[in-house]
Amino acid sequence: MSLNVSDLSISRGGVKVLEGMGFTTIPGQAVIFRGPNGIGKTTLLRTLAGLQPVLGGRIEVDPENLVYSGHLDGLKAMLSVGENLAFWASVYGNRDITEAVKAFELNKLLERLAGTLSAGQKRRTSLARFPVSGRSIWIADEPTVSLDSKAANMFKRCVEQHLELGGMAIIATHVDIGLPAAIEIDLSLHKPGVEKMRKIHEV
Amino acid sequence: MGALVSRDLKLAVRAGGGFGLGVAFFLILVSMVSFGVGPQGDLLSRISTGMLWVGAILSCLLSLDRIFALDWEDGSLELLATSPLPLELVVLAKALVHWLTTGLPLVFASPIFGALLNLEGPGYIAIAFSLLVGTPALSMIGAFGAALTVGIKRGGLLLSLLVLPFYVPTLIFGALMARTGANGSDYTSYLLLLSGITCGTIALLPFAAAAVLKINLR
Repeated sequence: MSLNVSDLSISRGGVKVLEGMGFTTIPGQAVIFRGPNGIGKTTLLRTLAGLQPVLGGRIEVDPENLVYSGHLDGLKAMLSVGENLAFWASVYGNRDITEAVKAFELNKLLERLAGTLSAGQKRRTSLARFPVSGRSIWIADEPTVSLDSKAANMFKRCVEQHLELGGMAIIATHVDIGLPAAIEIDLSLHKPGVEKMRKIHEV
Repeated sequence: MGALVSRDLKLAVRAGGGFGLGVAFFLILVSMVSFGVGPQGDLLSRISTGMLWVGAILSCLLSLDRIFALDWEDGSLELLATSPLPLELVVLAKALVHWLTTGLPLVFASPIFGALLNLEGPGYIAIAFSLLVGTPALSMIGAFGAALTVGIKRGGLLLSLLVLPFYVPTLIFGALMARTGANGSDYTSYLLLLSGITCGTIALLPFAAAAVLKINLR
């Protein structure tokens, strides 16, 4: 039950954006991707989640362990917070959303329609899908966008708890989430051509 | 799959969900035909089954672009594609909900609207029966078309142009079955052909639509 990536290269819109990516995640570990806009963070996460085909290299993971969350919240405006979460719980074969509701302090919002929430509250509801899914490898793209420091802290605590229980998290972010034990990978080192340039310099 | 069906049904009956739009459109279309043709009872009853079928197809078309577009816009389609639900079942669930909210109400409404078009006596059961058997194919073909055009901004017109030619066989055999029924003859052979089309689309198109969705989600 781990995620193994070796010599991965990926493309976006027909252009190669990253090459020579390799890392391994074991239970209890988090990986954080950093890099400037357009470097390919989202493309990499979408590729790991199986939404995009790989250009080269290998991703060894059981898709049954993955849960993905992208830039968009994926909430239905005309359903309440509770109904939104209950839907995803039953898609993932779970019944219980109370843990997730507690972790993101959503109990007062449960009856509210998702369309009436603020951007940060929507984000919190969306992030609550992670614990609701019951999956072990969380893939999160910019999870703390539009969250205040208190809510960002809720997410951090939720991830820490998940890691303690032997889960894994793969996160792309611009801000510091506050997971000191996480492996940080700077994607600008994997831009096509960078590897070759470094070898030339060494020679 | 049950969770997705019940979620989409819930969304359809809430504000902005579009439930009943198809029937309302059907009513307007049928009454416009009777206004347009004027008080010529025998002409109306001769074209009634064909008009009802064309009306059913147009009302079906009205809500096709909602099948995947809404889920695409808010990001849930991407999340569904990475969820344990196979995309084929997602497509099937979406087509089923489209049929339950659009096709099935038309089945019940068609005998009532048939009266507006001076439909012959035995035709009332025949038109409802032909729509009951034929409209699932309309939803399924429509879901495939919607999968093809998902992600295209204002792709509604393109979707109509793509889907309408594929509706022709269903229209031919559906209208033929209803007309034969209205004349009081035996329509078993047309019923079998129409059910064949419906079964064929339900068996094949979920796979095609899922493959297309996977490409469009890249």
